[in-house]
Amino acid sequence: MKKMKKLLSVVVASAMVLAMAGCGNNGDGGSAGNSSAAGTGGSSASGDVFKIGGIGPLTGEAAIYGVNVRNAAQIAVDEINAAGGANGYMLELNFQDDEHDAEKAVNAYNSLKDWGAQVILGAVTSTPCIAVTEETMKDNMFQLTPSGSAVDCAKYDNNFRVCFSDPDQGAASAQYIGEHALAQKVAVIYDSSTVYSSGIYESFVKGAESQSFEIVCAEAFTADSKTDFSVQLQKAKDAGAELVFLPIYYQEASLILQQAAAADYAPLFFGVDGMDGILGVANFDTSLAEGVMLLTPFAADAQDEMTQKFVSTYVEKFGDTPNQFAADAYDGVYAIKAAIEQSGATPGMSVSDLCEAMKTGITSITLDGLTGAGITWDASGNPGKAPKAVKIEGGVYVAM
Amino acid sequence: MSFLQYLISGISLGSVYALIALGYTMVYGIAKMLNFAHGDVIMVGAFTTYTVCSTMGLPPLLGVLAAVVLCTLLGMLIEKVAYKPLRKASSPLAVLITAIGVSYLLQNVALLIFGGNAKSFTSVLSVGSLKLFDGQLLITGETIVTILVCLVIIVVLMLFINKTKAGQAMLAVSEDKGAAQLMGINVNATIALTFAIGSALAAVAGVLLCSAYPTLTPYTGSMPGIKAFVAAVFGGIGSIPGAFIGGILLGIIEIFGKAYISSQMADTIVFAVLIIVLLFKPTGLLGKNIQEKV
Repeated sequence: MKKMKKLLSVVVASAMVLAMAGCGNNGDGGSAGNSSAAGTGGSSASGDVFKIGGIGPLTGEAAIYGVNVRNAAQIAVDEINAAGGANGYMLELNFQDDEHDAEKAVNAYNSLKDWGAQVILGAVTSTPCIAVTEETMKDNMFQLTPSGSAVDCAKYDNNFRVCFSDPDQGAASAQYIGEHALAQKVAVIYDSSTVYSSGIYESFVKGAESQSFEIVCAEAFTADSKTDFSVQLQKAKDAGAELVFLPIYYQEASLILQQAAAADYAPLFFGVDGMDGILGVANFDTSLAEGVMLLTPFAADAQDEMTQKFVSTYVEKFGDTPNQFAADAYDGVYAIKAAIEQSGATPGMSVSDLCEAMKTGITSITLDGLTGAGITWDASGNPGKAPKAVKIEGGVYVAM
Repeated sequence: MSFLQYLISGISLGSVYALIALGYTMVYGIAKMLNFAHGDVIMVGAFTTYTVCSTMGLPPLLGVLAAVVLCTLLGMLIEKVAYKPLRKASSPLAVLITAIGVSYLLQNVALLIFGGNAKSFTSVLSVGSLKLFDGQLLITGETIVTILVCLVIIVVLMLFINKTKAGQAMLAVSEDKGAAQLMGINVNATIALTFAIGSALAAVAGVLLCSAYPTLTPYTGSMPGIKAFVAAVFGGIGSIPGAFIGGILLGIIEIFGKAYISSQMADTIVFAVLIIVLLFKPTGLLGKNIQEKV
């Protein structure tokens, strides 16, 4: 009987916690309802400009992503207009705050519609982006998210994205490791309790089939046992893996690096975007991360002319170094321009006609952008581009 | 050779569980309540050491002392504010729910103060690792120290409980609060002392947990806390040597499960073994079966 009570209490408590968590999500950031009203003034009469509506978090915890996207998109729009516009028409950008909240993203979308938006650039983060796709699908408005990586961010045929989808990062990593001949024997340590990690793992395995390397060991862990990785590392070591692929977040990765160092096991570690942030772990000994590679579309210190020009413009205008979200947004605006030109669209078209034209247009363009050369899109909305990686050297990212 | 290395990994994980389980079993054995906030007191201890050593740059020993003092005070405060008023409540469920509440309170306060980003804990120990057979076997300094600390704590606790007056009072309270009170024992003070000792143990456990597995977040204590609770039940809750044996066995089973069966199924295997043990020995490995006299 006593055990029953204990069990019951745990169940009741969990239910309470879930309920509280639900409230928290709905309630947070209620103070900024004014954001959706901003920026509606000063729009030109429709018919002579393409109106691009941007959606992303400009305030709140995820603000860094949205601010980068807005700034970079503005740079791209200014450049395009200075060079004569798209099809001879100017672009106009109106960027609305969604505070990384699905409901506010839909509000932002509605006020952008009132403003006369014809194309949506956003949303920046996955959850709000998924909410917005439902709305743009109903209106058949062309939507391109720079950085919504969840699979459902490109659910409908009017949705496209610039970044790799979560699972596509696995295939891209396999391609990168294979093409650069980083290793012959590869081990994978992944979190089987998250969709993110197991999704990347599955696509990595599929991508590895056509590559020259062999996956010698694939070990999982779960959210409930993510402190001790000695077994997974020992198995990778015993299997002779020269490279350990870590499609996981940086918290667990930092533990894996520490435990591998303690066990004198020094393979090449290769991560994906979840690894981005490992250098920011407070008090972390960054020498442990020396030589770690991660798949990321953009490194601000890359030496190519396009990146350097973009970074210096961004730093000059906004006094900050752009991150990969900024690069995604910059490419996104250029993709919109290219799709307009390819399809010969004009601002006078209805939103739905414009969407149909751009949908066909974007699948036949090839874009040389910051996040990759020769980027193409297929009807699924996902980009096809060569993956890029960076390496950590001396505590900073170095472009490869 | 890898079998031996897995065994060592298991013992090293198990020693951390054992250390946490000692605190659980101590409080349960005396106060007859499950202190679900124990795991989060561990987290507070680790954060205290982190603040003192890594943020303020003071020596590790001061950090450990600060953690022990703060956790002891915190444990007594929690007992006084959250548990004592409910001790006479008709259902033992009331205290249990409160303990879960305290657990979430501590986690969220830590989240407010330190934020959700993981911090890397610098080990307070400067003991090197022991390498055997040309480095094929590795025993970390943290493992050795954790096991030694466990053994010292077991001996000291057993001596304290069996040989001192305060310890005897604890035993009396654990058997019958009412009768103990009639014999002139201050029940409230005795239970407060139990929580003080339990929380001091939690502080030590927190420091060693984070030295062995150096990632610190507000949720660091919760999963090891639950595993250690299982270890305490496994060994026979209320039994001090039982907590140690339960913890070590749990660690070994978890690692062997990962190594030889499936790394995904490790927890399933641990809990399956727990169920089997409890089916044959309902009071755990070393638990005593005390008949309730009516």
